[in-house]
Amino acid sequence: MSVGRRVLFVVALLVLAIIALAAVAPDLISARDPLQTDVRGALQAPSAEHLFGTDQSGRDIFTRVVHGTGRSVGIGLLATGLALVLGLLVGTVAGIAPRIVDVAAMRVTDVLLAFPEFLVALIVVAVLGPGPLNVAIAVTLAAAPVYVRLGRVQTRTLAAAEHVEAARILGVAPVLAFVRHVVPGVLGSLSVLATIGIGSSILAAAGLSFLGLGPAEPAPEWGLMLASGRNVLAQAWWISVFPGAAITMTVISASVVGRTLRARAEGRSS
Amino acid sequence: MIRRIVGQAASVVVVLWGAASLAFLALRIIPGDPVDVMLGPQAQVSEDVKDAIRAELGLDRPLFEQYVTYVGQLIRGDLGESYQLRMPVAEVIGRQLGSTLQLTALAMLIAVVLALSAALVARGPVSRGIVAATELVLLSSPVFWIGLVLLSVFAFGLGWFPVSGTRNPATIVLPAVTLALPVAALLGQVLRDGMEAAQRQPFATSVRARGAGHARLTMHHTLRHGAAGALTLTAYLVGSLLGGAVLVETVFARPGLGRVTLSAITDRDLPVLGGIILLSAFTFVLVNVIVELLHPVLDPRVRTETVRTRP
Amino acid sequence: MSALAVRDLTVTIDGATPVDSVSFAVEPGQCVAIVGESGAGKSLTARALLGLTPSGSSVSATALTIGGVDARRLGERQWRKLRGERIALVSQDALVSLDPLRTIGAEVAEPLAIHRRMTRAQRRARVLEVLKAVSLPHPEERVSQYAHQLSGGQRQRALIASALAANPSVLIADEPTTALDATVQARILDLLRHIAETGTAVVFISHDFAAVRRVADRVLVMQNGRVVESGPVAEVLQAPQHEHTRELIAATVHEPHEVTAAEVEPVLEAVAVSKSFGSTEAVSAATFTVHRGRTLGIVGESGSGKTTLARMIVGVQAPDAGELIRHGVDRVQLVHQNPLGAFDPRWTIGRSLDEALAAGRVPRRQRPARSARLLAEVGLAPVLAGRRPSALSGGQRQRAAIARALAAEPDVLVLDEPVSALDPSVRERILQLLRRLQEDRRLTMVFVSHDLDVVLAVADEVLVMQDGRIVEQGATGEVFSSPQHPFTRELLAASARPE
Repeated sequence: MSVGRRVLFVVALLVLAIIALAAVAPDLISARDPLQTDVRGALQAPSAEHLFGTDQSGRDIFTRVVHGTGRSVGIGLLATGLALVLGLLVGTVAGIAPRIVDVAAMRVTDVLLAFPEFLVALIVVAVLGPGPLNVAIAVTLAAAPVYVRLGRVQTRTLAAAEHVEAARILGVAPVLAFVRHVVPGVLGSLSVLATIGIGSSILAAAGLSFLGLGPAEPAPEWGLMLASGRNVLAQAWWISVFPGAAITMTVISASVVGRTLRARAEGRSS
Repeated sequence: MIRRIVGQAASVVVVLWGAASLAFLALRIIPGDPVDVMLGPQAQVSEDVKDAIRAELGLDRPLFEQYVTYVGQLIRGDLGESYQLRMPVAEVIGRQLGSTLQLTALAMLIAVVLALSAALVARGPVSRGIVAATELVLLSSPVFWIGLVLLSVFAFGLGWFPVSGTRNPATIVLPAVTLALPVAALLGQVLRDGMEAAQRQPFATSVRARGAGHARLTMHHTLRHGAAGALTLTAYLVGSLLGGAVLVETVFARPGLGRVTLSAITDRDLPVLGGIILLSAFTFVLVNVIVELLHPVLDPRVRTETVRTRP
Repeated sequence: MSALAVRDLTVTIDGATPVDSVSFAVEPGQCVAIVGESGAGKSLTARALLGLTPSGSSVSATALTIGGVDARRLGERQWRKLRGERIALVSQDALVSLDPLRTIGAEVAEPLAIHRRMTRAQRRARVLEVLKAVSLPHPEERVSQYAHQLSGGQRQRALIASALAANPSVLIADEPTTALDATVQARILDLLRHIAETGTAVVFISHDFAAVRRVADRVLVMQNGRVVESGPVAEVLQAPQHEHTRELIAATVHEPHEVTAAEVEPVLEAVAVSKSFGSTEAVSAATFTVHRGRTLGIVGESGSGKTTLARMIVGVQAPDAGELIRHGVDRVQLVHQNPLGAFDPRWTIGRSLDEALAAGRVPRRQRPARSARLLAEVGLAPVLAGRRPSALSGGQRQRAAIARALAAEPDVLVLDEPVSALDPSVRERILQLLRRLQEDRRLTMVFVSHDLDVVLAVADEVLVMQDGRIVEQGATGEVFSSPQHPFTRELLAASARPE
């Protein structure tokens, strides 16, 4: 890995570490109350006192961004985790099931896969109705098809791989051969996909919140903050810009880490 | 050849029917009574009135009968009537469709031009690095944030573009560019990756050994390889544009399907939602069919009328 | 004047000199061969002659004259004028060396489009002319077809045509026949010979001495970037001066197998065995016997059904018709064609061996000792057990695969192309190992290969397969000294061992 890549990787990891800290212990970074209003101090530009400025109700944007981390990133994280498990279960079953089951499952998955995550999530929310729980369900359902497809493809490839056949010829029981040689490989590639895919889940959740379909005011949530800042964009750009920057930074870091891990995994197996 | 077209048409019908059925099911089995949901928690309406509404909307018939009526209406092109607006759904969607189509088409055009330019221009390691970094940032940013930043800088800040409204054709520029940027980033990435992979193939050595320069290698050879790969992404990109359009229209306060969808979701206007879902399904199917038909044109290995003869 | 004159050609990359002071000349109408093992610097030399060395390398020479042009200090633009016009390249495997998305006609016409001003009609005429010159049948049809629609031999001819289109004075052929079947190889080599005879200077790069003998007038032997010997082909092959040359030649001639005159006891019998995949019949009506302690060779080209037959013997695939009868043996093991693929890439060799022993019901306590013994038996250092397959060389991987197959204590060992992917010197050592194992363990072996020389070196009896059928079978010596079937004769002629 070149020096530049390595530096980028480390920086991305650091950013993710900070994000993780903000998600679980926001008070360590900013001890202020994110819901504390101060009408007289409303719409102040960024300053030493308020790093990211204040919003229409005088709340400190920096604090809100920090305290909103958990909510904003959490849905994406949860959805990715659930989608990974789904991918492992459904994918491996489809990979070894009789052709009919496999084909049926894959047709459904293919249709879903043609749609980008945000659109699928939007449609699911359209059906279920707005609300943070529904957004979580929607993003999970939207993320799952990619994992199911990869799980199935990898299962098929690995199950037919020469070394699995070799193990069976040597006398290893088929189930044992499957568990030992196929499952770890599938899990490995799904995990790498997850580190890359978590970004789009976060973006999808943010999009839904921006449209007002997720958590309600006054909860600090990045997408929601972006939306509320839109009305006063001319006077106070900082209300929308900083939460958006936070989303972007998180997704960039996750992508960089994910891609580096994938490159490493590919390098090892080739 | 005829068999292929018929086959495609058949699968189109099947997928559309499947989507319609799914939409029907989804909207019927959601928790809560549709009428209650429609009227909202605040409404104080007597049960009789609710029953009357149910009867009017046909919600008290058995599920299967509702389904048959639904499919029958669909075949006739009747998408039902909006709960809120008391207008045929087809009309509700139709009136806003044009605006969204305009925006999406322009964005697609800009995206293709941007992606092609980036793929062709970025040759040296420095320019390639810059382009790759830009793509990463664009793909990681929420499209609505890009829109707000562009609005802030170019409309409010520099005053180059009007802020909102639809009279002035210039108002479509910022929204279209916003919508185009993430799509251009993805397209550019795929195109470049495909072209670079092609350049590493043995045939690229043969081409160079014939005396071809970089220009010829790119234009006559690797671009086609990259495009073949990018073609498979078309349906996904169209979906990206549609989803993005909803967000961008909201940011720039433009009329269009975004507004329709959003109000339908918050008002729980089920027929309109059903109509939108069907429209999405139809768009996908259409795009997929076009891609399927175009694929053999770009990649001869996929064509089926090959005749192999041995020496 | 020489068509190509090279003196002290040196290529430096990252401080190393993979090509060091190479000198030779090729006259018009002559064919000079460059032979050596992989890594000897042959391909890099070829690249240097085209100005296509990788970026970051530097090329220097006292003389480098191509078609009369001094190419020592040319810039990229000037090189482009030479490439395709005065000097052209034919690579290995036309399937990937031709652009799969362009028609044959477009590919062949490309040098003309780059270097000449011709009308479309003139170009087409020239394309047809050069396709006929390489003896490609039905050129008018082929022109609008694509590479994947042609057979291997036809594709290679088209590739050669694309190199000859602008009538270069020098043609460099870099392993042009390696991916082809033996009989097709022979014909392409004859084509190259013919091209040389019509006045082009040909540089033929190969690791195959038999091919060199067929095509070249002079030969250069390279080792570690240097030319260690050169001279007329007949002389060098007959009386090699340098030790490396002797090594290389010796490696192609395998020790002829001493047919053991022991008792003949059938271990495995196949009666009219057939297998189809869909509508293609991979194996039809195969009948033969395998005898204890002996080696049966199965030889044939790609698509002959030999691998399918081998897999049926192992039991991985069941025949559609006919019977495979085992007499008193129940352990049949397989050594795969691709040892890298046959091991779990994430596991160490030791762990894979352990798994094999566990599957063979060897108690846990005994496994480390048995593992060590197996490694020693195949000649692998114990430290290699802690490595992953990708960290081993080709030869070591093959030994590990054999060790793993032996862990199950098989009575019959089926080997599918076990030495095809190995360098000639390594090949001989693996064959020696197999011979020793057979002696020590009284192992019955079934050896599948497309390489006649290898089969002759190991097999007692041989099956010759073509298109799924056994066209000839019998004791190795007899079948090859007096072949009955025309295909067997063709195979023998194509192999052309230096007798």
